[in-house]
Amino acid sequence: MSEGFISRAFHGRRQPDDVAGRLPPGQYLERGFPVLSAGPTPHTPLERWDFSIGGIVKEPKRWTWQELLALPHETPTVDISCVTKWTKFDTHWEGVSVETLLQQVDYDPNVAHYVIAFSDGGYTTNLPLADVLGGKAWVAFNYEGQPLAPEHGGPARLLVPHLYFWKSAKWVRGLRLVERDAPGFWESLGYHNYGDPWKEQRYQGD
Amino acid sequence: MERTALPGRLTWQLGDVVATQPETARTKSLTLSVPKWVGHLAGQHVDIRLTSDDGYQAERSYSIASPPEDGQQLILTIERLDDGEVSPYLTEELRVGDKLELRGPIGGYFVWEERLGGPLLLIAGGSGIVPLMAMIRHRRAVGSSIPARLLASFRTYEDIIYRDELEREAKAGMAVEVIHTLTRTQPPGWTGYSRRIDAELLREVAWPVEQHPLAYICGPTPFVETAATALLPLGYEPARIKTERFGPTGGPDGQHDT
Repeated sequence: MSEGFISRAFHGRRQPDDVAGRLPPGQYLERGFPVLSAGPTPHTPLERWDFSIGGIVKEPKRWTWQELLALPHETPTVDISCVTKWTKFDTHWEGVSVETLLQQVDYDPNVAHYVIAFSDGGYTTNLPLADVLGGKAWVAFNYEGQPLAPEHGGPARLLVPHLYFWKSAKWVRGLRLVERDAPGFWESLGYHNYGDPWKEQRYQGD
Repeated sequence: MERTALPGRLTWQLGDVVATQPETARTKSLTLSVPKWVGHLAGQHVDIRLTSDDGYQAERSYSIASPPEDGQQLILTIERLDDGEVSPYLTEELRVGDKLELRGPIGGYFVWEERLGGPLLLIAGGSGIVPLMAMIRHRRAVGSSIPARLLASFRTYEDIIYRDELEREAKAGMAVEVIHTLTRTQPPGWTGYSRRIDAELLREVAWPVEQHPLAYICGPTPFVETAATALLPLGYEPARIKTERFGPTGGPDGQHDT
């Protein structure tokens, strides 16, 4: 209904082509690292921290902090996009790929189609299993060469950079494999169920 | 956690700017008439989209300052960020008679309705007061007797947003208690706080936890981190501390994060 509308006397600040081509629609380039969360920052001591994979698996699997760190690390450099419209280029992370974790779990890929990531503080987010396999998702614990700060999700957060950043659950503590999709925290509050920045899937119905 | 799902698709629509009101040297309220507005809850925000004549677009999110009871009239209070792309346009260029493209409402967590109870502890850093003002106005509009206390931090007296309205509000029956802290300079005779918020200040201001308070904190990230962290040792339940953060650096001039 507002097709073709032009904002009077708005000129904007265009980015160079190489930047503009890398920005998903409706996003702007951010050089800081804004923080987004719905409640207080949880602080779980590392000696009590663990990461678990459960749900429809033959046997739930759990890693202590030390056990997680002992797994092969990867160091992805990725662009991240938040639904609040900032995109940050070339962020450097270190973590364990979700694929590496899932390789240690016995599950039936014909039945387990989705994962629910869950976090300290009660946050959840849902993703298709395929979106956390194939080197597309990590449990990340270092950011720019430093331990991930609590306000950014430390000690560890999910990193799923091809989706809006609310899918990269902060303070993540595990994944639950499920057969049927179920909306997580923001997905229940009007945000898009999948959240592809390149399709600008911000809100329900986008 | 309470959930208020947003039904259907959020389509872009046009609002008419029907009034503008400077609040401080850096902030301005825009009143928009949005004929097809579906209503909102106090605390929600909208996305704004600006389009130039060659099709270039910029989007940002801004809090709604007006209560749901205002119907199809929405008030946005915008803080001008000098290096921003959108906020200077909204605060300096846009005028009565212009149209603005928006969609919403967005965000179903940082919201307050009377049924959620209280007492309410509203903690604002700078323009983080905007969604909290929607809650204060909503509380007044529905005649709620739920006790409410606002702690708002600004740099100087002149930076206080909604100062006159809050002074009137504080004098009304069933008033919101308004507590200001000025972190940079204070006028002669200032009786409020004169420092950045800290654990001790919050201990003095916060409702006793036995009253099962509900806290809403909005402001720049370090402010929100400090306030939310300080409420935990007082016994506040994490699930009853709702936060919304914006900032902290460089480019962003959307007011809101989710």
